Amino acid sequence: MIEVQHVTKRYGPTVAVDDVSFRVEPGQILGFLGPNGAGKTTTMRVLTGYMPPTDGKAIVAGFDVFEEPVEAKRQTGYLPEAPPLYPDMTVREYLTFVARINGISAADRPASVDVAMGRTSVADVADRHCGKLSKGYRQRVGLAQAILHNPSVLILDEPTAGLDPKQIIETRKLIKELAGDHTIILSTHILPEVSQTCERVVIINKGRVVAEDTPDNLTGRLHGSATIHLQLDTAGMDPAAALKQVPGVTGVSLGEPGSDGRAVEVHSAEGADVRREVAAAVVAEGWGLLEMRRARLSLEEIFLQLTTTEEEEAEVEEAPARSVADADSVESGDSGDSGVQAGGAGDPADRADPAAP
Amino acid sequence: MRNIVAIADKELRSYFVSPIAYVVIGLFALLFGWFFVASLSVMVRFSMQAGMFGGGPQSININEFMLRPMLANTAIVLLFFLPFLTARAYAEEKKSGTIELLLTSPLSDLEIILGKFLGVLALFVLMLAVTALHMVILFWYGEPELGPMLSGYLGLLLMGASFISVGLLVSSATRNQIVAGVVTFAVLLLFWVLTWLADSLGPTTGAILSYLSLLEHFDDFSKGVIDTKHVAYYVSFIAFGLFLTAKAVDTERWRG
Repeated sequence: MIEVQHVTKRYGPTVAVDDVSFRVEPGQILGFLGPNGAGKTTTMRVLTGYMPPTDGKAIVAGFDVFEEPVEAKRQTGYLPEAPPLYPDMTVREYLTFVARINGISAADRPASVDVAMGRTSVADVADRHCGKLSKGYRQRVGLAQAILHNPSVLILDEPTAGLDPKQIIETRKLIKELAGDHTIILSTHILPEVSQTCERVVIINKGRVVAEDTPDNLTGRLHGSATIHLQLDTAGMDPAAALKQVPGVTGVSLGEPGSDGRAVEVHSAEGADVRREVAAAVVAEGWGLLEMRRARLSLEEIFLQLTTTEEEEAEVEEAPARSVADADSVESGDSGDSGVQAGGAGDPADRADPAAP
Repeated sequence: MRNIVAIADKELRSYFVSPIAYVVIGLFALLFGWFFVASLSVMVRFSMQAGMFGGGPQSININEFMLRPMLANTAIVLLFFLPFLTARAYAEEKKSGTIELLLTSPLSDLEIILGKFLGVLALFVLMLAVTALHMVILFWYGEPELGPMLSGYLGLLLMGASFISVGLLVSSATRNQIVAGVVTFAVLLLFWVLTWLADSLGPTTGAILSYLSLLEHFDDFSKGVIDTKHVAYYVSFIAFGLFLTAKAVDTERWRG
């Protein structure tokens, strides 16, 4: 449905996108992930026909974006990074104009505008001027504009940027609803968003694709062995010997005992689930089992592993790691508050500190 | 065609939902009214003087005394006003990012350019329509010739459209409206005064410069002469301006 073939985009000597290829199957949601300046927006602009690639080609809904631009654009709904609103128009006037330039007949315009406003919950500001809207409304009017002509492909550049937590959840829900009939690419740098909404992830860094897979495979693939994190109250005893006796356990590393018990990491071979046996062993020893969770690499860690080169590692470890962690904690905190968190997102590993080794 | 009309409609509306249309049309009407009164008083004085010598008021040529000076003044006012109208056409869309909406909608570049051109042209026609009121007054009290009046308006329309095509071209090359307005004004003024050097640059260069001057071609229209040569000049000027605008938009696309 969407196919990007060896797309390269240069601005003068700068290479913004370098030989990027990927495809999105019909009805799928692809998450396009990368740090700022990685080439996400440029790739999306190539896909929407806003700018031609220096090399390679993009095919949307069967049309080459540069051979048959008008047909390809008719099939595409696009929400740019900054919602393209005319400040002097009311929301209804604006959407009616968008319907008109997308070839929706005068008779059908009011209905399609109403449907789009309903889906993005902007009907209550229908008669307000776009220039006077809050950031959240602007973003959603932008989204209404993108889905208005019922395109088969949706390209959304950071669709949840600037929304409050409740709106973020509604927007993600809307995007998931749209996925059946529409093929969707969404870019974001909010990592839990990807694990919550997307079926596939493309991670792009410095203009190159560094990984492409499902969010689950990505998190699974990159850790060589399985690790269980325990918090034990062992009353001063050393748990290592007892735990090593458990079948399947390949190693035990101990943390310092603290007020909340002792942190213990139990390693096992990839694929082996030793949690039951470990729990039984702990109980048999009469220790207090305060916490047990599977330590998986969070998307943050994968993201950092993939987008950090060795020489950068030292500095990146400190600053950006923290900022990603902050963004995440805001994210998960917010979603948690409203209590509508999707199952997969509740994975505690998502909240793990990515700066930790 | 439907798309061109959609864009033109949007452009024209955008002038009316902001104060631009009201300010421009209002002040243009005020200035034109002033020219009308001024040339009327000149004509009345001439008519009186002629009457004193010739025994009784003489009817003098209204077209010569009122229409031509008014059209010439109007041309100057347009030189000042139209760059402000065209300045925003592309510059504002680029600054606010709405150009991304237009360029990713199923529209061709040409449709967008023609739509914008016709939108500004429509506002310009509305400006001219206000002046028709004064012409009605002339017909009410005098007997002007209709032919030269219509040819004069045709001249204004063609000249104004040429200004607009230059304005669109300049606006498509920048995202700053003030830069767009000032550059358009300077370019138009230069085309206006090209003839100033015509005499001192030798016959061939002089002839070329006079031919290129926007003003030179307007003169005959205000005299009531519709010469194909002049019509062809303006039409090709407009077409060339729009062609370059299309190139500029395309170049922008490639540069990103």
